Amino acid sequence: MKSKLMLVILVVLTVLSAGAQQKEIRVLLANHPYGDLLKAAIPEYEKATGVKVNVESLQESQLTTKLTTEFATRSSTVDVFMTRPLQEAKMFYKNGWNEPLVNYDFSDYPKNAMDIVTFGGKPYLVPMIIEWEVLYYRIDLFKKAGLSVPSTLAELELAAKKLNSDDVAGIASRGKGAAAVTQLSSYIYSYGGTYIDKGKAAFDSKEALDAIRFYGKLLANYGPKGVTNMSWENILPLFQAGKVAMWTDASVFYGQIVDPAKSQVNADMVGIANFPAGPKGSIPCFPVAWGMAVARQSKNKALAMDFIKWATSQELAKRAMLANIPMARNSVWKDAEVRSKIHPGLIATQEHAAKFGIAYDRPYMSAVGEARDLIGEVIVESINTAGASPKLEALAKEKAAAVNELLQDTGEYGVY
Amino acid sequence: MAMERKKGSFLEKNLHIIFPMPAVIFVVVMMLFPVVYTLFLSFTNWNLTSGMPISIVFLKSYQKVLQEPRFIAALGRTFSFTALAVAVETILGMIVALILNREFRGKGFTKLIMLLPLVSTPVAIGIVFNLFYDPTIGLANFVLTRFGLPRQAWTGSAATVIPSLAIVDIWQWTPMIALILLSGLASLSSEPYESARVDGATEWQIFWRITLPMITPTLLTALILRTIDALKTFDIIYAMTGGGPGYASETFNVMAFKYSFEYFRMGQASVILVFLFMLVLFMSLLIVRMRKSLEL
Repeated sequence: MKSKLMLVILVVLTVLSAGAQQKEIRVLLANHPYGDLLKAAIPEYEKATGVKVNVESLQESQLTTKLTTEFATRSSTVDVFMTRPLQEAKMFYKNGWNEPLVNYDFSDYPKNAMDIVTFGGKPYLVPMIIEWEVLYYRIDLFKKAGLSVPSTLAELELAAKKLNSDDVAGIASRGKGAAAVTQLSSYIYSYGGTYIDKGKAAFDSKEALDAIRFYGKLLANYGPKGVTNMSWENILPLFQAGKVAMWTDASVFYGQIVDPAKSQVNADMVGIANFPAGPKGSIPCFPVAWGMAVARQSKNKALAMDFIKWATSQELAKRAMLANIPMARNSVWKDAEVRSKIHPGLIATQEHAAKFGIAYDRPYMSAVGEARDLIGEVIVESINTAGASPKLEALAKEKAAAVNELLQDTGEYGVY
Repeated sequence: MAMERKKGSFLEKNLHIIFPMPAVIFVVVMMLFPVVYTLFLSFTNWNLTSGMPISIVFLKSYQKVLQEPRFIAALGRTFSFTALAVAVETILGMIVALILNREFRGKGFTKLIMLLPLVSTPVAIGIVFNLFYDPTIGLANFVLTRFGLPRQAWTGSAATVIPSLAIVDIWQWTPMIALILLSGLASLSSEPYESARVDGATEWQIFWRITLPMITPTLLTALILRTIDALKTFDIIYAMTGGGPGYASETFNVMAFKYSFEYFRMGQASVILVFLFMLVLFMSLLIVRMRKSLEL
């Protein structure tokens, strides 16, 4: 009788402890093609490891908001998260929210990507997805107009003028204040300017202002109507509907542009070219758009490390490349199968950007969200006046002073 | 025995306290606490990006926010959006209610259809209206050009963004005003109407001299509800423009959201919310006062 009771207790205990040991981690992903790819692949990981992965997917700005509020109020149960290095890394590092990744092999990543994710000699996140500025253009419209692909910004303006009609916008690029900042960066760099120079706001320099005026003139004259309320979410469907002849934006959208389920333009109608050269040459932005990190307060750090190694593995990176998602790992760009399958325009522009590009596409600072809004005001003013605003310089100076104040507030002013 | 009776009498004696307790607890936890906590935060400089602990700075956050030109502009926009939306909703709602107050075939069905905008999800409404408003491929400009009218930028231009957003609000909330007024109309007695008709009053005179005065209390109730809601509008504006172009559609609530969840300046965001709270309170009191003075 007694032994039977013992047996029952033993069985119950085993079952209970097995239940308690069901390993779980909580992972926050972005609504991004790679986030979707991971979500689809996670069952494979669960099957191989027995770890249950609780996934949540969020739109990018909501992801920032959720992570920040959860971490700041110390109520988070997040173990692993996707993160935008240029938007969040500095602030998260300063607040001590990321776990340093010491047992990770970073040898496969480009140096400029590692520069962004390294603080005090230690990497705090894995660079995952890269982006660079390209010019998407409609091959058929160019042929019909007898134009060749613009290689300078002056040629870009001429082509936009010629291609612009009531039905089709000559060129599109983001005009919605803060959202436009990242795409404007390539124009500013190619004019010889920058957002932040030696820890101080520099977008009120002559070079930067020339670029902002050019951007305003271009979009006001040849851009789609209502461009000051447009980010990529609005321009992509226009391009897919065949209403845009040229579009300067990040390289990540090619797959969606030619997705036959969504798009009326065929793959053979869309070309990808290097960002046209300004007075200082063609200098596209070449940022790490997304990375992945382990939360400092995670109670499952070993599991989290194991997951992040899998989620950023070479195997998955190759799978992503074959789905037109540009990954940060060097090795996948050399892979013969990848090279034979993805758009040659993507390979060529990536090589150009890796050589001449700048790793930042926005002011790299903790209060980046607010700084983008401030710069966005200057952009909107320039577009509203077709680049001719007499008060643009004064406005830029005022906003630069405000950005400097933000830099001072967080102790980043003059630090570089 | 004695104990039990004592216990029972305690309950009986204090019923007036015990029964409302759940409601009181709810109000304190869900309404009073957030308001008081926001007030407390408005006196601090809590900022998530700086990594510094909370410290009390008294009125410094107020000073900072009041000096910000965006603040006054947002105040003006909150008012102009509310005034435009609520005025049109009231007039349209009245017309719709008067029409629906007559007997006709399919009245029930019409009322049902009218409820649809009320039960739709605001963000979904925003996305659909954004498609309508798209200056290049949108339905709105397609219709305009069919009638030979010029294309509009809708939410894409600072000049038209507030009216464009107000149209969405009007589409969604006119039915609510109409339904409230309809219930008011249904409760009116028919005698004054009969005697007015006998005296040979015109339909306009009947509306102006009888219907409107009798329905004014109901109208003011609808007005209070809508005004409070319109002052606080967030979802539609955030989903459609995010406060843009530039800051051209940034109302108090949108600005407070940006300050808190994009700039992470919780202290200053709380200042904006304290002002929004006072504004809503002031407007509500004003309308309640108006209603009282009309009843007297």
